[in-house]
Amino acid sequence: MKAAVVVFPGSNCDTDCFHALFDVMKMPVKFVWHKEGTLPDVDLVVLPGGFSYGDYLRTGAIARFSPVMEAVRQHAESGRAVIGICNGFQILLEAGFLPGAMLRNKTLSFICTHVWLRTENNATIFTGKLNPKELLRIPIAHGEGNYYCDDKTFKRLEDSNQIVFRYASESGETTDEFNPNGSRDNIAGIINAKGNVLGMMPHPERASESMLDSVDGRKIWESLVG
Amino acid sequence: MVQAPDRITPEIIAAHGITPEEYDRIVKILGREPNFTELGIFSVMWSEHCSYKNSKPILKLFPTEGPNLLVRAGEENAGIVDVGDGLAICFKIESHNHPSAVEPFQGAATGVGGILRDIFTMGARPILLMDSLRFGSLENAQTRRLLQGVVAGIAHYGNCIGVPTIGGEVYFDESYEGNPLVNAMCLGIVSKDGIIKGKASGVGNPVYYVGAATGRDGLGGAAFASRELTEESHEDRPAVQVGDPFMEKLLLEACLELLKTDALVGMQDMGAAGLTCSTCETASRGSAGIEIDITKVPRRETAMIPYEVMLSESQERMLIIAKKGKEHIVERIFEKWDLHAEKIGEVQEGHLMRVYDGPELVAEIPAKALADEGPIYRREENKPAYLTEAQHLDLRKISLPKDFNAVLKKMLDHPSIASKGWVYTQYDHMVRTDTVFYPGHDASLIRIKGTQKGIAVSTDCNSLYCYLDPFEGGKIAVAESARNVAASGARPLAITNCLNFGNPMTPDIFWQFHQCVEGMSTACRFFQTPVTGGNVSFYNESPMGAIQPTPTVGMVGLLDDIDDRVPSFFKSEGDIIFLLGNTLNEIGASHYLMLEHGLKKGLPPRLDLEREKALQMLMIEGAKARCLVSCHDLSEGGLAVALAECCIGQGKGIGANIEQIPLILGARHQKTNHAGSHHAAELRMDALYFGETQSRAIVSVKPEHKEYLIKLAQKHSVPVFQIGVVGGQTLVIGDLINLRVDEMAGIYQTAIPRRMSKISSRDA
Repeated sequence: MKAAVVVFPGSNCDTDCFHALFDVMKMPVKFVWHKEGTLPDVDLVVLPGGFSYGDYLRTGAIARFSPVMEAVRQHAESGRAVIGICNGFQILLEAGFLPGAMLRNKTLSFICTHVWLRTENNATIFTGKLNPKELLRIPIAHGEGNYYCDDKTFKRLEDSNQIVFRYASESGETTDEFNPNGSRDNIAGIINAKGNVLGMMPHPERASESMLDSVDGRKIWESLVG
Repeated sequence: MVQAPDRITPEIIAAHGITPEEYDRIVKILGREPNFTELGIFSVMWSEHCSYKNSKPILKLFPTEGPNLLVRAGEENAGIVDVGDGLAICFKIESHNHPSAVEPFQGAATGVGGILRDIFTMGARPILLMDSLRFGSLENAQTRRLLQGVVAGIAHYGNCIGVPTIGGEVYFDESYEGNPLVNAMCLGIVSKDGIIKGKASGVGNPVYYVGAATGRDGLGGAAFASRELTEESHEDRPAVQVGDPFMEKLLLEACLELLKTDALVGMQDMGAAGLTCSTCETASRGSAGIEIDITKVPRRETAMIPYEVMLSESQERMLIIAKKGKEHIVERIFEKWDLHAEKIGEVQEGHLMRVYDGPELVAEIPAKALADEGPIYRREENKPAYLTEAQHLDLRKISLPKDFNAVLKKMLDHPSIASKGWVYTQYDHMVRTDTVFYPGHDASLIRIKGTQKGIAVSTDCNSLYCYLDPFEGGKIAVAESARNVAASGARPLAITNCLNFGNPMTPDIFWQFHQCVEGMSTACRFFQTPVTGGNVSFYNESPMGAIQPTPTVGMVGLLDDIDDRVPSFFKSEGDIIFLLGNTLNEIGASHYLMLEHGLKKGLPPRLDLEREKALQMLMIEGAKARCLVSCHDLSEGGLAVALAECCIGQGKGIGANIEQIPLILGARHQKTNHAGSHHAAELRMDALYFGETQSRAIVSVKPEHKEYLIKLAQKHSVPVFQIGVVGGQTLVIGDLINLRVDEMAGIYQTAIPRRMSKISSRDA
């Protein structure tokens, strides 16, 4: 498997994703500058976290117009994998790859901490190595991760199993108490209907080495490698 | 908007903070009267903030030599230390106190932005931030607003630019009411052959202005920082700058990309005193002249006069000296990042800084006169009268508390001691995926990818000690920061410092300043941790008076093998707990005395440098042998608070049973008997539980390493007491403390959020 990490102006988890895939997973990885109109021949595109365009206007709202996004769209339409992490997820929402929108955290402040995620769908290319309902300990770091969608969209997401991760307790309860940001129904990550574009607020690249406290994020990369 | 006056009057000179004697000196340097622009230029360059005119003679006391120093203090924007593997680190701490008092969010944010530029201007990639913050009482609504704003501002800037904020300290004391301290530290990493100097050389080389456009924000900020805060200070809001971390991120990446080319000669950020400071300092360091035309400076406001352009402190701007003939490289890189890169001038023969406004010469001043030849004063000093009374403490009049459990709970609930989780969960402390110890450990620790090395950092200052005995307080600030770094297993390398004091014209204050620096220098010499740079912040006074002297130390240590690291918290059931170091009857200047008895009195504990060094050597050797499960130093709140922190930890928490209290008491008896003194007082129980005797630590080891640890302690002549065992869900210390860990954790973790939750309901 080969991967590309897109670099927008203001991306700041680009080198972290590169490190997790290249140094830890031993995957061939290339950076792609957002002004590029084409992507190298890769299987996976990563839209990394950060503050693309300083999050001006709305998170991800300007990055969706970067030239590279057209190439990312073609890549996704061809059925190959795209993962948007944190700001990357926000960009996927703004660009219409995934439904819904992000609001400010209910606390109104930025939150950086480890959370527990419950795997809601382990039949995707990103979660195939996970057990049903498997719990993952992965950090979040965002000010706007409060996922919102209307009732119709929510029903569609539920009915077609597009909710991939929910915030949970260490024992798997998905109650309000364990919802760090006010996200609708504790949603932490969703996938498109076709099953090849995943958006998630937590950072698997920050949980890919034992020295960094958790290796649960590796399971997502391992699922992709197959 | 500033109007240029027709002529320079004594009132205008005084309004610029220039004394009549200084003005005479300016006239002598120029051989004529200065014009308005030149007067403005002198006023900012000769302000305390830029010239250190009041502090220089004292700062000379600091040791600045060391075997691994590649750039020494004062030579450049920040000192640089060789850490092997072809790598060097570059670090500095700086204050942004006054802007944060007036406009907490932007003041703190631009403090972070400024210290980041100080580091990447040297060619180093910033890899961590730390913040040392001090506020008035959190019971006060104004303090809550300030804390909220300052933390949000730091988070805004650091999170967006993607440099993790991995630690620091937060204290609350009434002396900071109205004058909070915001000291930001940054550390960067640079390959040894990639260090960039802030130097203009090579006649004919182009001078570029890169980054954000210039506005009127921050006009005279350096001069603003060199005054006391008054009731009217909020009217100085235009002197506070506005930060744009996105712009800085682009600037950072563009500058580091330029560094990889052969087009660069020198680079200097535009911080305090903006374009003025960067042009005259680069010329002065390069022993060259420099000529710029300010009509070429990108602007975002109209009708700015030369005075305003030269004195603006707009953020996210840099000056770049490029090689002649390589202009296209500079321009291509900055175009890629959608940033301004305007050629505004050239390096010239001679020694003059010449500023043109189109064809018109608006300033012509010898660069060295501005940058290096400012006035220097040796201020009067005088031992303050308050000390005699304040240092006197009659222990017989201090009654022992009835309920030690209640005292411990009260200490854990005090915001200065309690968990700072409310603060650091707002900071992205993990980005760059190098943070190995999260905030809350004795030292923060990051790895250096591609090597086995780790960098440990701690910022420390107990300002109550400095208030009651500035010399000892200064010594302890250095010793404690070194101890924190050593507790993680790292070797202390060097320090940066931020010296926060009141008005230096007050002899009492200047004495405090001098004494603190003497104390710090003594400790730095002893530990061989030279000072690589820092910052002086005077005039930290509000209408209520001066702050407690606060010389914040930022200590940096090197861990040769990251796998040798030692965390601060207990880990496993059955591990054996040791107390290292003797305990004396030292409750003077303690948090116990302040919180339980309402007294800021007595002498702070004495620091014995030999004993301190021995303890640190033990910690480092024990870490290397991988025989320490945890190591935590004793500071505010003494033994009881340290044990509580070891138990609460950062996860589920674990209990401990400390049954061998008599051992510590016994050592005290033996020691006094041996000394042959019949009058030596017995160790008080409050001193044992809450006293702050220095050079002590709690370590836990696997049972099989027990003998090793005892031998190691004997080898280093460090007193060692096997006091208990890790396990259970309760912390039991002798007969006097018995508390459930979850109850302590609840108090410790909610102390700050509980108080901050009042912000929406009551402060609106």
